[in-house]
Amino acid sequence: MTEQKKIVLEARGLVKRYGHVTAIDHADFDLRAGEVLAVIGDNGAGKSSLIKALSGALIPDSGEILLDGEPVHFKTPMDAREQGIETVYQNLAVSPSLDIADNMFLGRERRRPGILGKVFRMLDKKGMHEDAKAKLSELGLLTIQNIGQAVETLSGGQRQGVAVARAAAFARHVVIMDEPTAALGVKESRRVLNLIKDVRDRGLPVILISHNMPHVFEVADRIHIHRLGRRVAVVKPDTHSMSDAVAIMTGALDPNDHPAGAFAA
Amino acid sequence: MSTTPTARSTVADHEKIADAATGDFARIEPEQVSLKEKLHQFFHQYPVAAPTIVLLAAIALFSALVGDRFLHPFNLSLILQQVTIIGILGAAQTLIILTAGIDLSVGAVMVLTSVVMGRMAVEVGLPAGLALSLGLIAGAATGWINGMLVTRFRLPPFIVTLGTWNIFFALNLWYSRSETIRSQDIDAAAPLLHWTGTAFEFLGARFTYGALLMLALFVVLWYALKCTAWGKHVYATGDDPGAARLAGIRVERVLLSVYVVAGVLCAVAAWALIGRIGSVSPQAGMMANLDSITAVVIGGTSLFGGRGSIFGTLVGALVVGVFRNGLALAGVDVLWQDFTVGLLIIVAVGVDQWIRKV
Repeated sequence: MTEQKKIVLEARGLVKRYGHVTAIDHADFDLRAGEVLAVIGDNGAGKSSLIKALSGALIPDSGEILLDGEPVHFKTPMDAREQGIETVYQNLAVSPSLDIADNMFLGRERRRPGILGKVFRMLDKKGMHEDAKAKLSELGLLTIQNIGQAVETLSGGQRQGVAVARAAAFARHVVIMDEPTAALGVKESRRVLNLIKDVRDRGLPVILISHNMPHVFEVADRIHIHRLGRRVAVVKPDTHSMSDAVAIMTGALDPNDHPAGAFAA
Repeated sequence: MSTTPTARSTVADHEKIADAATGDFARIEPEQVSLKEKLHQFFHQYPVAAPTIVLLAAIALFSALVGDRFLHPFNLSLILQQVTIIGILGAAQTLIILTAGIDLSVGAVMVLTSVVMGRMAVEVGLPAGLALSLGLIAGAATGWINGMLVTRFRLPPFIVTLGTWNIFFALNLWYSRSETIRSQDIDAAAPLLHWTGTAFEFLGARFTYGALLMLALFVVLWYALKCTAWGKHVYATGDDPGAARLAGIRVERVLLSVYVVAGVLCAVAAWALIGRIGSVSPQAGMMANLDSITAVVIGGTSLFGGRGSIFGTLVGALVVGVFRNGLALAGVDVLWQDFTVGLLIIVAVGVDQWIRKV
């Protein structure tokens, strides 16, 4: 076994039931430092419920979530954000008519120091613009004059870039990306995949939820396969093929029958 | 599944080609744009520009048509006085419309709170400052009721305020006993309520404190919308409430605060109303609901929320005021004033549709 990196985010025995439907059935999960972990599963396998539990959008009935080994209890997505877990949502969660800098700081605006900020609640627009610009250029989404451009004037890939930059700017522990390439064309998907790698290379582990097998196999270090509400395997792109992963996902292949085993190191 | 190793390699090859072809497509850079697109971008970025052009054109038109009588400082300041009440109500309406709502009750709230101020001062005999404050509190309360119905019970703002318009108007008739409080009685008991109608001369123009109060309110609201987090949240809420919520904005609280502020502004409009007409009449301001929406729409604020500017509404109110005043001076029948305002509304909404396109 090769040396294992420290586990950043971990879930043990998560359960979530909706009436008679069990969305999460004693699911385990672990994300290691510095990796891209893809989460795949058929529709209805419960992967989005799992991700919602990790991002605070859903409160599990039982089981525990550990962040850096410490138990955490998220009641809202804001709780997860405060703990340094940022989520890039499939529908982007940007405000089209606000500009790029406004969007990057939306919901956590900074105020001017002193009486201007305290009494008159004045925003530190200049500081936020500079930080937004710095963050975007770090991620290769350089913009010199247009940080004040409304987000609705950007293409889908550019908007996704803003959303990813926002997550990368504020995440201290984990970035979760829910189908980040689903609505994008080929070229824009490429760019976002490169962004995912950039974020990982800068030290932030990424959880990637995707249906697109080529994308998953290209950027993921490990692949968490979800089936019938629980994790059935964790595979690596170099030991398992795409068809193996799909077969495990759909139940056609028992992961233990594969020569590389069900759980990759 | 059909994902075979061969298929995988073709996809990867194809994407490698795409990758090699362009490194920059996700960059945010300016492109070459035609004049029409530049114009579109300009109006898109500055929603106050289009109504301002209309206002300047209208001023030029009536200067040519009516001449000095129109351009006289006294007449121009008169227009400002005439738009004071609709301007303040329009400011309240703008906040609501920016959140993709609409408030049909602003006129009824204004009349109700003016009756509260008048009766508290004249009949109950409270000090004028206290009566005024109670009116403002009553305005906040009506806004809170509207806001709670919209946020807690998730009812559409149109329906909520259609209902509360009738309710507040009925309460107004009940509380006032359909009686007018005479101007002399207000002067004797609470001259403060007439302060907004007090005027002073300046360079041949005649300004009321009410008109100055309106201008001050616009400056304050502009600051709140442009320079504070609350303002950004108001725009984000109107733009896409789901996205705003995911970004961590407490959308319901923002909405409730907007309705409460709008209610208070309606009460300020009530103070301006008392100053303007002198008496307190339960029948005053019947058309104010729709006139306030007219000012907002002509001012370039989108009824779909998230787009527009507070100064646009001031300009919109002035456009209506200039047309009414100019047409009256030109001796045109009143019915053509209404006709023109109607045309302006439709043109404004048409322009907004064009501007909103990206």
